[in-house]
Amino acid sequence: MARSPAQPAANAFAPFTLALAIGIALGFVPSDYLFDAVLTPFLAISLAGLGLNLLAGYAGQVSLGSAAFMAIGAFGTYNLLLRVPGLPLLAAIVIAGLLTAALGLVFGLPSLRLRGFYLAIATLAAQFVVQWALDTFNWFSGGDTSGVVEAPPLMIVSLAINTSVRRYLFCLAVVAFLTAVAIRLANSRIGREFLAVRDNETAARILGVKVLSTKLFACVVSSFYIGVAGTLWAFLYLRTIEPDGFDLDRSFEILFVIIIGGLASIRGAFLGAAFIVVLPLVLSRLGDAIFGATFDSGLVDIVEKIILGVLIIAFLRAEPEGLSALFTRVRILLPSQAFSRSS
Amino acid sequence: MSHAPLLAAEDVEIAYDEAIFAVRRVSLLVHPGEVVALLGANGAGKSSLLRAVSNILHAQRGRVTHGRILYDGTSVAGSSTSRLVRRGLAQVLEGRHCFRHLSAEDNLLTGALGRGSSRLETRRDLEHVYALFPVIAEKRRVAAGLLSGGQQQMIAIGRALMARPRLLLLDEPSMGLAPIVVAEIFGRLARLNRDEGLAILIAEQNAAVALRHAHRGVVLENGIVAAAGTAEVLRSKDDIRAAYLGLGRANIQPVST
Repeated sequence: MARSPAQPAANAFAPFTLALAIGIALGFVPSDYLFDAVLTPFLAISLAGLGLNLLAGYAGQVSLGSAAFMAIGAFGTYNLLLRVPGLPLLAAIVIAGLLTAALGLVFGLPSLRLRGFYLAIATLAAQFVVQWALDTFNWFSGGDTSGVVEAPPLMIVSLAINTSVRRYLFCLAVVAFLTAVAIRLANSRIGREFLAVRDNETAARILGVKVLSTKLFACVVSSFYIGVAGTLWAFLYLRTIEPDGFDLDRSFEILFVIIIGGLASIRGAFLGAAFIVVLPLVLSRLGDAIFGATFDSGLVDIVEKIILGVLIIAFLRAEPEGLSALFTRVRILLPSQAFSRSS
Repeated sequence: MSHAPLLAAEDVEIAYDEAIFAVRRVSLLVHPGEVVALLGANGAGKSSLLRAVSNILHAQRGRVTHGRILYDGTSVAGSSTSRLVRRGLAQVLEGRHCFRHLSAEDNLLTGALGRGSSRLETRRDLEHVYALFPVIAEKRRVAAGLLSGGQQQMIAIGRALMARPRLLLLDEPSMGLAPIVVAEIFGRLARLNRDEGLAILIAEQNAAVALRHAHRGVVLENGIVAAAGTAEVLRSKDDIRAAYLGLGRANIQPVST
């Protein structure tokens, strides 16, 4: 019964393994629509949500600049591939992630003095500065004046990632690896330091937690994840790289993902992303199927947005702790040990 | 008490916002293996002094403006709180500050964060705390926010013990607790002191309980030391009894500021 402190419970990885198996199995479905419009964006947004959850959910530092960090990751990868001939794709993604982490550290500095709403406003600066810089200096887009560039062809060694299913599986591999790392991190001593800083800074400090470095580390890890998510989003889903893909709306979307999915929970990011990314698609398909023939498509669009909004409110009313808590409650009702509570 | 003091406050003056003096020229010693009670009413400067010792005053815009505080021979001013914890100086803050959403056990585990101990050591320390407070062992899976005030205080103390301190500072451990719980907690602290030689500095308003278990006491009044001595002497002094034990009429003159 007693769980060893610095070690994730053996079953912390059980839901992860199950989800990964499902993810791989889905790779055999012969539907490019499923990969291109549903699963790939779902994975990219999940990863961004996971990154933000490490910062906001675990360490308690709210950020409204997620899309900016996604942009830094995407443009970083683009420029590395453009300007460093022969650099392998994965290396470019990792270096761009580290670059994002470095900028995350800079934008994380206000978190040392600001909290809550004030910090959220300060992180807006990242959102505006980055978008402005990418819009203004076309050096970032390789000199393209439109600011919108096509994603270059992607290669891993000699394997071209040029079909829907390959893009999806590549995305799945990256997200699965980083998720496993995040589960490990959340269950480690660092994860507990994050929670301690979030719940009570004074108490954390008196216990000997280095509050400042813990906050900055959360910024760094979170930015790295979000930067990689940005690369996946731009290269594998949009297949263009443009600042408009990373506007404030995207930042909000990622924040909603973790609020709806569940703060301080790994699986919350995935559940939230499913809600935010997949549900509108389902609604839109349903809407088209039921009303498409009789009503104006603009009207159907609006109705879908209303339904989505109502669902979000109803859902948060019923379960303020997010989908993840709902999941836990279902698990308690079931005798099965298939799901673990620890992530 | 021939050996060097573990904690020495020398002529300490503390001000908030560079203007409001909380403590003036207070000196205090805690020797290894000693229990010292820091007594005084609200606003006497007890918490300020303890916060200065752990070097967390700046969180409330406070600063030591005069004098110095030495822990184990070196000034605390140059040490970060986390370094002081590693050197064996742990504090239980006033009001307990448990992590309400974490389980009792996870709360205790956060206490080991500052020390960076191995998993095995952490396990052993956890058992040690559970032996001291068996009721917490029973509630180890329960969220701390759902436990009683006394149990939360035990968690807060246990959490500080997880850092394996040589000197434990406690700020008002009796706050909001029933007398029987206070007696139990002080009994455990006294046992720790007796069995393991842990030095303890307790800031308390409840002088009766504190002096029952302390070796020595220091009485603060409006930021200065109004009286100091062995617990027996303080217990028997009429004016102290009057002012802090609620027996008879107070005849201590308020110190003009």
